[in-house]
Amino acid sequence: MDWQTLARALFGEAHRIRQDGDLLSGEAVIEETGEPLGIVGTTNHAPIGVALALAQARIVLDTIAKYPGRSILLLVDTQGQQLRRQDELLGINRAMAHLGCCIDLARRRGHRVIGLVYDQALSGGFITSGLIADACYAVPEAEIRVMRIPAMARVTKLPEGLLTELSKSNPVFAPGVGNYVAMGGVRSLWQGDLRACLIDALESAPTTDERARDGFARGGRRLAHRVIDEVLAA
Amino acid sequence: MSATSYAECSARQRLALLLDAGSFEEWLPPAMRVMSPHLAQLSVPCAFDDGIAIGRARLGGHEIFVAAQEGEFMGGGVGEVHGAKLTGLLMRALRDKPAAVLLLAESGGVRLHEANAGLIAVSEVMRAVLDVRAAGIPVVSLIGGSNGCFGGMGIVARCTDRIVMSETGRLSMSGPEVIEASHGVEEFDSKDRALVWRTTGGKHRFAAGDCDELVDDDVQAFRNAAIAAISRADASRPVVLDALEFEHAMLSDRLETAALAA
Repeated sequence: MDWQTLARALFGEAHRIRQDGDLLSGEAVIEETGEPLGIVGTTNHAPIGVALALAQARIVLDTIAKYPGRSILLLVDTQGQQLRRQDELLGINRAMAHLGCCIDLARRRGHRVIGLVYDQALSGGFITSGLIADACYAVPEAEIRVMRIPAMARVTKLPEGLLTELSKSNPVFAPGVGNYVAMGGVRSLWQGDLRACLIDALESAPTTDERARDGFARGGRRLAHRVIDEVLAA
Repeated sequence: MSATSYAECSARQRLALLLDAGSFEEWLPPAMRVMSPHLAQLSVPCAFDDGIAIGRARLGGHEIFVAAQEGEFMGGGVGEVHGAKLTGLLMRALRDKPAAVLLLAESGGVRLHEANAGLIAVSEVMRAVLDVRAAGIPVVSLIGGSNGCFGGMGIVARCTDRIVMSETGRLSMSGPEVIEASHGVEEFDSKDRALVWRTTGGKHRFAAGDCDELVDDDVQAFRNAAIAAISRADASRPVVLDALEFEHAMLSDRLETAALAA
């Protein structure tokens, strides 16, 4: 789904979301509730390098300073982290951690932060955006993964056929939003009336990390929750 | 006494030598065989501790919680159980309030054999680290293993209060091989060791201010630096708006300077 279609579905004409290169920013109002939202995100399957991580962090910091408590919607479309030597030299991990810390601070200061994967989400670009929101959602046609199966086969030196076969029964191997829902990483899929989904998310998204519990209850990630409990009880 | 190379030690040797002698009490030890549920069906050998040891100990007399990642097992990659042990340790720290949490990080990031679960697990670790910091409990990362600290764990390390590195240590996001495979040898020659360390090594990170202390590749040196890091008055550095604005200005300047130089 392109961001313009998504924005219309969520806000009708009541949004001022701008695209600047791969960066999305602006604000929008939910007509039914009159609630204003800050919007931060990326498009074009953006690779997240130092510059784009900082640009997003700037918007989050400005929202915290100028609009205390305003909810923030993170629009996720990324191919993952920028794979350039210059970004590594400049400390891309630090810039991404900074973005994550900014979003985390917004949550702690009472901003609701909702992540929405509307196109594609991959590893590094995802972990410091949608995955650090109060809760992350996705549209059904979105794609979420760490790596494609052929690349995974190459890196792990395991046969591609075996991985493909296992991916049918075990959600940890395979790309796909359904698997992320089963594992608790995505809270639910937004289908039908997207605006109603957003309103519901703003009302009901948890402020604590429920993902291990969800993954256990949904059967997609059975051990994490138990292991955490065992450590607490040891 | 001659130096013991931190890089050459296993995770458990580091724990034995770095913490106060005999003080480490492990939770979910290898004898309990809390292992990855995903590796067997790939015919990949499991480790009885899933590549991470966690527990409580004393360090310079302080009661601390500690985790050590084993780089020899799957490059320290974070899988479902590995990550949950770390998250559980941090959540327990939030409840039991130790003087500090010490993270002996050595990891390539997400364990690709359980990719999706590993990615969510690293995200849970990241949130838990920030919860512990918000409670005023310092979290300190030590990075000196030969596998470095990469991917999601490179981000996690930068979410902790302080980082201690050796020159041998590396801290970044994507490994040189991944970048070379993606953009060619002209972009990053992964066999050029000097270039690799100039880009991500401890000396460069210290000069840039990306780590707080640079120590010799010696377990005792790491121990002394860890004690100093948790003992100082400002051991806990809360993530507040002013601190993030300061960080933002510094990172923006750095980016601008690099752009001007290019």
